[in-house]
Amino acid sequence: MTISLHLNEQERTAAATGRAARLGRMQPRHAAALVLFAALAAVPFIATFAGGPYLVTIASRIVIMALAAIGLNLVLGYGGLVSFGHALYIGLGAYAVGIATQHGLDNGLAHIAIALGAGGLLALVLGAISLRTSGMAFIMITLAFAQMAYVSAVSLRGYGGEDGLQIAGSSRFGPFDLSNATVLYYVAFVLLAAVALLTSRLVVSRFGMVLRATKFNEQRMVALGFKTFRFKLIAYVISAMICVIAGILQANLTHFVSPAYMQWTVSGELIVMVVLGGMATVIGPIVGAVVLLLIEDQLSGIDLGLPGGADAFVSAHWLAFLGLFIVATALVMKRGLYGTLVGEGDKL
Amino acid sequence: MTTALVIAQLVNGVQFGVLLFLMSAGLTLVLGIMNCINLMHGSLYMMGAYLAAAAYGQTHSFLIAAAAGVLGTMMVGVVVERLVMSRLYSRSHLDQVLATFGLILFFNEVVRIVWGPAALSMEMPRLFAQPIDLVGLPYPPYRFAVLGVGVLVAGALYLLIHKTRTGIVIRAASANPAMTRSLGVNVKLLNMLVFGLGAALAGLAGVMASPIVAIQSGMGEPILILTLVIIVTGGIGSVRGAFYGALIVGVVDTVGRTFLPMLLRQLLEHSYAQAVSATITSMSIYVLMAIVLAVRPQGLFR
Repeated sequence: MTISLHLNEQERTAAATGRAARLGRMQPRHAAALVLFAALAAVPFIATFAGGPYLVTIASRIVIMALAAIGLNLVLGYGGLVSFGHALYIGLGAYAVGIATQHGLDNGLAHIAIALGAGGLLALVLGAISLRTSGMAFIMITLAFAQMAYVSAVSLRGYGGEDGLQIAGSSRFGPFDLSNATVLYYVAFVLLAAVALLTSRLVVSRFGMVLRATKFNEQRMVALGFKTFRFKLIAYVISAMICVIAGILQANLTHFVSPAYMQWTVSGELIVMVVLGGMATVIGPIVGAVVLLLIEDQLSGIDLGLPGGADAFVSAHWLAFLGLFIVATALVMKRGLYGTLVGEGDKL
Repeated sequence: MTTALVIAQLVNGVQFGVLLFLMSAGLTLVLGIMNCINLMHGSLYMMGAYLAAAAYGQTHSFLIAAAAGVLGTMMVGVVVERLVMSRLYSRSHLDQVLATFGLILFFNEVVRIVWGPAALSMEMPRLFAQPIDLVGLPYPPYRFAVLGVGVLVAGALYLLIHKTRTGIVIRAASANPAMTRSLGVNVKLLNMLVFGLGAALAGLAGVMASPIVAIQSGMGEPILILTLVIIVTGGIGSVRGAFYGALIVGVVDTVGRTFLPMLLRQLLEHSYAQAVSATITSMSIYVLMAIVLAVRPQGLFR
């Protein structure tokens, strides 16, 4: 761990090695990313042969949660800030679509503007308060703020209250809208790829280097004259806005929004995705989302023909098994699935 | 009538605050001494309530039920500490959050497996079941009993922490774990002791709440979140902070839920007033926390 004036030079070397590798032999992490994206891109084609529309729906859910997990990873993985409240921003994006549609506004650009505007502003305020704390208190204060949003959503009687709100319609962009499942899937997929690409640029930019260095040694960065608070706050706002986008997509996928979208368990699941896949890697959160959501899907509908009615027991009480799986993940996983594959963590 | 109602609600608030204190006192010690996040403290509260209800169903004795709830929860706590938590003390907060999050899901499902998905209920002890007269309002004396037990336990905890040798070691470990270890204290044993004590207190809170609330899977989570707010506001590791924080949150929560709807009913339609005031009440607690942290990030008593 060297944080010095040689940062940029090291980074240039690393980038040069990466370029060389791409031209010649492919590195495992690039191969993994390529395979992952190719598989995701092929899902609607596979669905026409096997799996049917359900496959596209579950894949859409995976892609949307992967997007949110990438957002969380920016603060959690690269910033070292354990936010336990990012479900708040997914819910906010979904509610923006739901409430706007209820008032007859189905313009997708307006949805995006409202959601990102409100989400960005809220993240700025909540981030500025939360980031005054650190470590344990930061985890709890982000959890508390998300819970605050949850109870506010419950009290939105005009918009379904605790039962949630059916959304009659989709975000409309001129002649197109997101009502077609395949169109929605590809929009989500392209956004995921774009955000992943942007993240990979962002974390090697000056901003990203300062953020990552702050994670390792904030005092030193302050001593070097960096206003670390600003970097952390900007990272928090960006990560929140990525989750807001995931929320917009989620509302278009389910045509429904309820306070449950902001529940603390969703924030917990997001953290599991990031850690399971590999923190502070660009592709890790996507891997984590794919693996976790597939496990959930399989456990809750397990049908292996196990003896003694074990199948029924597992599918009825799959959350207990998921819980044990998460405990094991926390105890055993050091670098996550993808992190182990590529064999490098967030080194500076 | 109104004075009586105000007094009754204040007593309710203080009683809720006492329950919250039992939760926060144990958890703040765990957080402060082991520097370890434990989100499954609410699950221990739930286990306390379930174990008590189960024992009561068998024996119809509140005392045995209470003993089963407290001791059983303490045992659950010690097992969890040995199997999971003790492996996490030296790890990052993130790993601790993850593991205890997994444990919450696990325990929520375990109670469904053992006791079924329907909520259980528990009777008040016969001694305290007959309503008494509180300035003209019939009031269940059980809540006074809860208050009494809570104050007793708070007193005992104060004596334990400030007047005994164990207490000195606990405070020393809270202030500086590394130094305490190098002075020859068996930190492993101390950790187990403190975690067991915290679990027993959470179990006791669960037992005392069990006749008043619906005993169901997930019942610990709202309490856990209030507990975390109290601990952060009071200062992590400070039992005194937990005490004042719990009382403030308990009274604000109860009084707000009762009197705000009355005020708002003059302005708003009935069911809407109920919902809005529940939100404002919850909000005011979080706003209080936000203000405290904005001014004193380390908490009030730290």
